[in-house]
Amino acid sequence: MMTTDSVLDWSSPLADGEIVRDDRVAPRASWSAVVPAGHVLTIVDVGGNQSADCLIFDAADPAERYSVPDTITWQGNVYVRTGTVLRSNLGSPLMTVVGNEIDRQDTIGGACSKESNTLRYGHHTAFHHACRENFLLEGAKHGLGARDLVSNLNWFMNVPVEADGSLGIVDGMSAPGKRVALRAEREVLVVVSNCPQMNNPCNAFDCTPLRMIVTAPSARTVEAAQTAEAVEAVEATA
Amino acid sequence: MDTVFAARQDARAQDGGIAEAMPYLPAASSPFVPDGVPAEALTWAEAVAPGGYTHRVVARGTRIRLDDPTGEACAHLFLLRADAPHERLNVADTVKIPWQAYLGAGHPLLSGDGRVLATIAVDTSTRHDAFCGTSSDAWNTAKYGDARAESPTPSGQSLLTLAAAKHGLTWRDLGPGISLFQGVQVEADGAVSWRGSAGAGAAVELVAELPLIVLIADVPHPLDPRAQYVVGPLRVHAWRSTPTGPGDPAFTSSPERTRAYLNTIDDVEARG
Repeated sequence: MMTTDSVLDWSSPLADGEIVRDDRVAPRASWSAVVPAGHVLTIVDVGGNQSADCLIFDAADPAERYSVPDTITWQGNVYVRTGTVLRSNLGSPLMTVVGNEIDRQDTIGGACSKESNTLRYGHHTAFHHACRENFLLEGAKHGLGARDLVSNLNWFMNVPVEADGSLGIVDGMSAPGKRVALRAEREVLVVVSNCPQMNNPCNAFDCTPLRMIVTAPSARTVEAAQTAEAVEAVEATA
Repeated sequence: MDTVFAARQDARAQDGGIAEAMPYLPAASSPFVPDGVPAEALTWAEAVAPGGYTHRVVARGTRIRLDDPTGEACAHLFLLRADAPHERLNVADTVKIPWQAYLGAGHPLLSGDGRVLATIAVDTSTRHDAFCGTSSDAWNTAKYGDARAESPTPSGQSLLTLAAAKHGLTWRDLGPGISLFQGVQVEADGAVSWRGSAGAGAAVELVAELPLIVLIADVPHPLDPRAQYVVGPLRVHAWRSTPTGPGDPAFTSSPERTRAYLNTIDDVEARG
C-alpha cells in the first residue's frame, strides 16, 4: 500500500543529549527497546499521520505495564499531551511525555488485530497485517505473550469522543516530521507496532516509516534539572 | 471452649445465620428472586458486600442480573473465557468496534479475539464507564489512606487480584475492566467527569455468549469525588437462558456485531 511520492521528514531528537539509539522502523514492522531511566525516546512520524501503536512494560517485571485506565484516571483526561504521566497497572509512573508536537495523542482506540479487523471491515481482511501480530512477535523476543497485551497508546492517531459517546479513528492531526518525546521514569521496555491497519483511512492508506531515537540526558541537562529542583526546593521552604 | 466438642457445638450453633451480604444456597432460596424468573431456574444468587468481591464460572447462555438497590453500588467487572482464559475482555475493542464509548443495552462486551464475551441485554442505569477502570492500590492509598483488601477501603485492584487468584490467574491475566452503575462523561477537550449513579433500583442484565469467568469488585468509582469511601451492596442473580442467535435484534443491529456473533458461534460450534 505504500506509495513512493510520500513526503518523508526524518527530523531529529526532541531532547538534548547523546544519541544512544537511532532506529528506522519500516512500514508495518515492529520495534522494541529497553530505555534506561532518565533517557528520552523521541518517536518521529516520518510520513505524517502514521500510527505508532505502543506498549510499555517495567523492564524488570513486565507484569507491571502501561495501563490506559490508570493513566486516564490520574490525569482526569482521556488524551495524552505534554506533561502526561503514563502510568502502570499499579498507578506508578512508567514514562512522562516531555515533548509533543500534535494537539493530542490517543490512549483509548487500542490496536488493530486480525480478529478485530474481521469485525471492522469483513472476513476478507483476515490475512491483512495487524498490530496485534506485531506485538505478539516483538513481545515474544522478551518472553511476553497474549496475556501481556493490554490496551495500548496510539502515537499520532486521532480518536475523538463525541458528546453522545460516538468514537472512532478519524483523519490525523500529524504531519511529516512531527514528534513525541517520552522520558523513562524507570527502566522500561517499549514495544511499538508501526501500522495503521491498511483499511484505516487515517493516513490515506499510505503506511510510512517511523524513526525511534533514544537520547541519554547530557551532563548539562542533568545539571539544569538539578538546579531547577534545587530552586524549587528553596522556593518551597521560603 | 477448651474441648473440640465445645468448639464444634459453637460452630454448628451458627448454622442458619443471616447476613446482609452472603450467597444464597440453593440459589432458589434467594430473598430477591428477580421478577419473571422461576426461582428454581437460578444458578447463582448473592448479595455482595460493599467493598467486597465475587467471582463465578458461568455457562454460555447464562443470564446474569446485577442490581443496585441503594444507588451506591459500583460493579467493577472483568471477564475471561472460562475454557481459554487468554481470551478476555478488551475494552478498546469494546468501544471501538461498535463506534460507541458509552455502554448501554445491546452493547457487546468484546474479547481481543474478535468475539463477544457477553451482551448487555437490559440496562436501566445507563451510567457506566469503560475509561477509568478500577481503583489501584496507589489510588486508594492516596485517597483514603489504605487500599488493602482487609482494610475498610479496599481497592478494586486488590479485590480483582484475589478474585483472579481463585481461578489460578494472576494480575497478568487482568486487563482494563469496566464499571457498571457509576458513569463518566468525556468532554470535548478529553476531560473525564463523574456522573454518578442513576439512583436506587437500577439493573443490568448480561448474557454470557461464551463460558465465562466473571470477576466483580464492588468498590467506589475512582473518580467519585466524595472524600468518604461510599459504596452500596450489589445483588447478583443468574439463570440458564440462551445466547444471542441470528433471530435476536442484537445479532443484526450492526454489521460489526453480526460478524462478532458469527465469529463467536463459529468457534463454539468447532469446539463441540
